[in-house]
Amino acid sequence: MPELRSIEDLEKSRQDISSRRDPDKPCIAVCAGTGCIPLGAKKVLEALGEEVKKQGLEDEIQLKETGCPGFCEKGPIVNIYPQGICYCGVQPDDTGDIVSAAAEGGTVERLLYVDPVTKEKATYEHDNAFYKYQKRLVLGNNSRLDPRNIDDAIALGGYSALGKVLSQMTPDQVVHEVEKSEIRGRGGAGFPTGRKWRIVKDSPGDTKYVIVNCDEGDPGAFMDRAIMEGNPHSVLEGLIIGAYAMGASNGIVYVREEYPLAVENVSLALEQARGYGFLGEDILGSGFAFDVRVVRGGGAFVCGEETALIASLEGRPGEPKQRPPYPAVSGLWAKPTNINNVETWANIPIIINNGAEWFASIGTEGSKGTKIFSLVGNVNNTGLVEIPMGIPLRDIIFKIGGGIPDGKRFKAVQTGGPSGGCIPEDLLDTPVDYDELAKLGSIMGSGGMIVMDEDTCMVDIARYFLNFLADESCGKCLSCREGIRQMQEVLTDITEGRAEIGAIEILEELAETVQKASLCALGQTAANPVLSTLRYFRDEYVAHIEDKRCPAYVCQSLVSYYISPEKCRACLICLKNCPVEAIEGGKGLIHLINQEKCIRCGACYRMCPARFGAVERLSGEPVPEALPADERVIEKGKKG
Amino acid sequence: MHSIDIDKVEHIIDHYRNEKGSLIQILLDVQKQYNWLPPETLKVVGDRLDIPITRILRVATFYKALSLEPRGKHLVKVCLGTACHVRGGVRVMERLGQLMGIEEGKTTEDMKFTLEKINCLGCCALGPIVTVDDEYYGKMTPEKVPEALEKYQQ
Repeated sequence: MPELRSIEDLEKSRQDISSRRDPDKPCIAVCAGTGCIPLGAKKVLEALGEEVKKQGLEDEIQLKETGCPGFCEKGPIVNIYPQGICYCGVQPDDTGDIVSAAAEGGTVERLLYVDPVTKEKATYEHDNAFYKYQKRLVLGNNSRLDPRNIDDAIALGGYSALGKVLSQMTPDQVVHEVEKSEIRGRGGAGFPTGRKWRIVKDSPGDTKYVIVNCDEGDPGAFMDRAIMEGNPHSVLEGLIIGAYAMGASNGIVYVREEYPLAVENVSLALEQARGYGFLGEDILGSGFAFDVRVVRGGGAFVCGEETALIASLEGRPGEPKQRPPYPAVSGLWAKPTNINNVETWANIPIIINNGAEWFASIGTEGSKGTKIFSLVGNVNNTGLVEIPMGIPLRDIIFKIGGGIPDGKRFKAVQTGGPSGGCIPEDLLDTPVDYDELAKLGSIMGSGGMIVMDEDTCMVDIARYFLNFLADESCGKCLSCREGIRQMQEVLTDITEGRAEIGAIEILEELAETVQKASLCALGQTAANPVLSTLRYFRDEYVAHIEDKRCPAYVCQSLVSYYISPEKCRACLICLKNCPVEAIEGGKGLIHLINQEKCIRCGACYRMCPARFGAVERLSGEPVPEALPADERVIEKGKKG
Repeated sequence: MHSIDIDKVEHIIDHYRNEKGSLIQILLDVQKQYNWLPPETLKVVGDRLDIPITRILRVATFYKALSLEPRGKHLVKVCLGTACHVRGGVRVMERLGQLMGIEEGKTTEDMKFTLEKINCLGCCALGPIVTVDDEYYGKMTPEKVPEALEKYQQ
């Protein structure tokens, strides 16, 4: 591996790499991200390799293992370049056709994306509704490069922003550029990145730290993982630029232990970057010295908070500290420390390459650039979507996401993870923007976007988040530790039918205390899921408390299952699938549920064939009396 | 029971000797070696790093990835992130618990399975997700649970 000693070396190396590559040579790119692997991506890769060999095309076709392009719903995803043909749901059996088509410049029609609404097929990535409305500044290269090969990153312009910074800009100019771009932190709070950088730069001291926060703990968000696995060099480049701007000589990439592939890929990227001279002493001959190491988190949600993350890096339990002093002044080992989220770092080279004005022209007044969301839950096209700030939530869910599956109705979208809130249908035209989402009682957060359909109980969702937070509260502040637990108990009472009138008021009072008296964002925002569901779905709370009824049939204590004797065809399917043998009946004998034994798991309801639809859900009303045994016999030949 | 090869622990500690504050990294690596944190290893870590055992235990009990109890041969994790929750992850967890006869966080008596929940694996598109060791099972339902477990029963 050649060490690059100057900016000229870097540009020469880029030309060398490009000249060795034929841009017209067909490239089959297979997503090998954590989403596609469980769907069989590795087997597809293997089969493609064999197929290329079998057809004798080793010299004509390139095979590439890439990161996640975001379209997890239709994985394993295979893209054919240079055309940008996108195949969905590829299996090993399909690989023969894919290889032949790639060699001949054709397409395998059956593997193309079919629009759920128009039923039209989309050949290319760019005319597929999932990608069409996106602006993929950060994620765009994920499907074009092998994250384990630094040359791929360099060929696509990687480290050119670093070259520009080191050769043409002073540290002050770099910070100024970031300030001018008006980018705000992508990790949750949305603090202006440039302002943070300025404080660290101006803080006195020889030793400073820059840190990548990849402790992506928000349940339902995985964009940081996708960037780290799929394009680690973009994050490293941002980090090195930041280190230069702020005068830091040490960097740390803090990755959750639950992301083994991210740890592996970023560790390899560090090694390769070091080999090329992007890290170490005298980077690209500029005299600037900087190095980075990877640290794994121990599986604690609170460590996404800056001061808790620092405690963890110092080998202590991840408990947040009183601020000020802010980490920018006194952070890791009491030195000035800048912590930015993965997505923020990955945006830095884009800002430097294209200029702050260009960046600031994307988005809204207060929110610039793009944001990646993980669009998940009850939506047709789940996956990662990167959109310019300011587009309405409705477009994300219905245009990109293709709407709600199985003809169900949309109920709410939850943004911002456990610190966020639920937004109802009549507010879906709200633009995606830090301040607009905050006005609705939610937050942008790190970009989790969980779509919920009519079968979701909003009280259950609030309880879910409080269970999560009760588990994850570090326990330092009484208000958070005990307040969340008390709210959790009230919510449990509501969902189990024990709550009395007045429970909502108790919740509201507790929420206020937890918000006001907790030290860190975990506690301060813990009540958001409760308050936002109370604000928009109060009637569901009232139904649970006053009528002992769960309108979405989710809360098990308030739901019963009942087999309609008129509809039951005694087919035995529910009976065989009941995990607790609570269903009585037999061949020719109408089935009935023993309510004493029933654990309300709903297996019978899900398994009863749709053409019978005999299992009914009841809530807030008594279960009808069972028929006497002699009336349960179905006469032969009598069909429903 | 387990036999502890202390050399391995020493080796792990040596690996981090130039980095301040590496206690959590060391414990994660020790756990990778033994599948849990046997008390003997904690004593070695404490002696070598000159950290009181009480502080090590405080760290080991704070972080979810660290276990002070032996874990089963197969680690079964149910993702209960929000996306998996709204798609019925809880029902999958219940069914697993029923089949194994244990509660979440526990290990079966024959030491075959440990059942844990996890707060989002980042495979939200495939929810509900269950992992058994390194194998991922996507779009799980309670009905698919017995089949998924079968191959680990021997």
